[in-house]
Amino acid sequence: MSNILALAHKEVKSAFSTPIAYVVIGFFALLWGWFFWVSLIYFNQQSLQFAGPEGGGANINQQLIRPLFLNASVILLFVLPLITMRTYSEEKRSGTIELLLTSPLTDFQIITGKFLGAMVLYAAMLAVTIIHMALLFSYSTPRPEWRPVMTGYLGLLLMGGCFVSVGLLISSLTKNQIVSGMVTFAVFLFLWVINWPASMSGPTTQSVLNYLSITEHFDDFTKGILDTKHLIYYFSVISFGLFLTARSVDTERWKG
Amino acid sequence: MIEVQHLTKRYGPVTAVNDVSFTVERGEILGFLGPNGAGKTTTMRVLTGYMPPSEGKAIVAGYDVLEQPIEAKRRTGYLPETPPLYPDMTVREYLTFVAKIKGVPRKESKSRIGEMMRKTRIDDVADRHCGKLSKGYRQRVGLAQAMLHNPDVLILDEPTAGLDPKQIIETRQLIKGLAGDHTIILSTHILPEVSQTCQRVVIINKGKVVAVDTPDNLTSRLRGSETMYLQVDAQGADAAGILQRVAGVTRVAVADTKQQVVGFEIDSETGHDVRRELAAAVVGRGWGLLEMRPMRMSLEEIFLHVTTEDVAAPPAVAEASHE
Repeated sequence: MSNILALAHKEVKSAFSTPIAYVVIGFFALLWGWFFWVSLIYFNQQSLQFAGPEGGGANINQQLIRPLFLNASVILLFVLPLITMRTYSEEKRSGTIELLLTSPLTDFQIITGKFLGAMVLYAAMLAVTIIHMALLFSYSTPRPEWRPVMTGYLGLLLMGGCFVSVGLLISSLTKNQIVSGMVTFAVFLFLWVINWPASMSGPTTQSVLNYLSITEHFDDFTKGILDTKHLIYYFSVISFGLFLTARSVDTERWKG
Repeated sequence: MIEVQHLTKRYGPVTAVNDVSFTVERGEILGFLGPNGAGKTTTMRVLTGYMPPSEGKAIVAGYDVLEQPIEAKRRTGYLPETPPLYPDMTVREYLTFVAKIKGVPRKESKSRIGEMMRKTRIDDVADRHCGKLSKGYRQRVGLAQAMLHNPDVLILDEPTAGLDPKQIIETRQLIKGLAGDHTIILSTHILPEVSQTCQRVVIINKGKVVAVDTPDNLTSRLRGSETMYLQVDAQGADAAGILQRVAGVTRVAVADTKQQVVGFEIDSETGHDVRRELAAAVVGRGWGLLEMRPMRMSLEEIFLHVTTEDVAAPPAVAEASHE
């Protein structure tokens, strides 16, 4: 366990001692801030229109926070490849992978360490959004419900976990960061739009495509619904991605 | 301590290492010598558990590197050809990280790191970033990394590459000082390094072991006879004829002539020391004996000899087929 933590710590530290962490978090904060501002203005307008003489108006959870979470999932498509693209590629290029693979570490420890490291960086990125949520909770009347907000964050973490685990896999396949980043982005995008033809296809294909879409499973989280179906899906994708990464690292060893 | 049995490693159709076997005793320094691309690095990578062999097995410190990799790795320190440094970490941070992943107990970690930095003389760059170090320092940080967890076995891939002459001497002394407590394999293509630091040499060429012996034995084994170089001022007399008649001498050849001073190459039967007789023969006639020394094949010659032997043959065949 201490090995895993040492590896995770190294990952986080290396991201923060290079511009990568700051660029990633900075741009995420910028985009999120923009979405937040635009949604807030739009929400205010709607709220005024809907408001009757006895108050009321639009539901802040439904019409502000939920769309924000859905927007965040789109930003992830662009930002997470930047976090994962270097994880393995950089070690392979610089030869430090030789240090890791000849140290008394199991492949599982190395991969888990890298996964945790990327997740900590991702969580730090999400932490920026807590400021905006805090603003909503302190100034909005009536207060937003906290449950959909919590499940929304949980969903974001799990969905991000899936992306990170797929990103690790792709990074383990090449020593070129650009290739790694581009392929990861393409795969993420594909996983996002995989269910677009769902509405035009038969019932079986439709449910299969919807099930495969990583973002489709996120929807219930934003509504405050915690369904084991989605939890199982996310945990399966994460484990499967990490498992394939282990296979890929092992294959690389045999090939030399 | 290290046992390599019929090790073969293929990369697709290319056989990088072909049926290599050798053993290294505890406390010994073994030199791994070969031209570039001979399979030195591949063999070392198998020994360190970086890659599995295609065939055969390697046992390091009593553990099969394929069956019990963690145990074997715990007892192995490895310096790859390019030191595996993280450019954005300082030397101290880097060594702290290495200590953690190599399982150095937390309490000992700090003192151990200090000790290694002193031994490899990198204390003065302890807080510099690894990416900003010169090649010589990188190499030494790599060495400190390899020795950090006090492993039984040290595997060093060209440890002196990129160092200046002073650092080379220091590093060799450091490595020599480690023998006894540690078993060391070091690869190099610098030949004097082997004769200066190693007790035994494995010469490898095109993935095959072509010779295993001590540097001294290798030198004499490759010669069927002993050769002496003799420089005589014979004042114009026929020294060759006289020398030829000394018992045990099989051949006398003139190597060089400077006016009256003649240099001879004298072969004698192996095991028959003819130095006294030769000296007596020369001095007894009132000639001047200016120089007498045994001639040995230098390691360079041996190296070229064993690695080009089989290479020299095919071109001759090729020429013949053209005609």
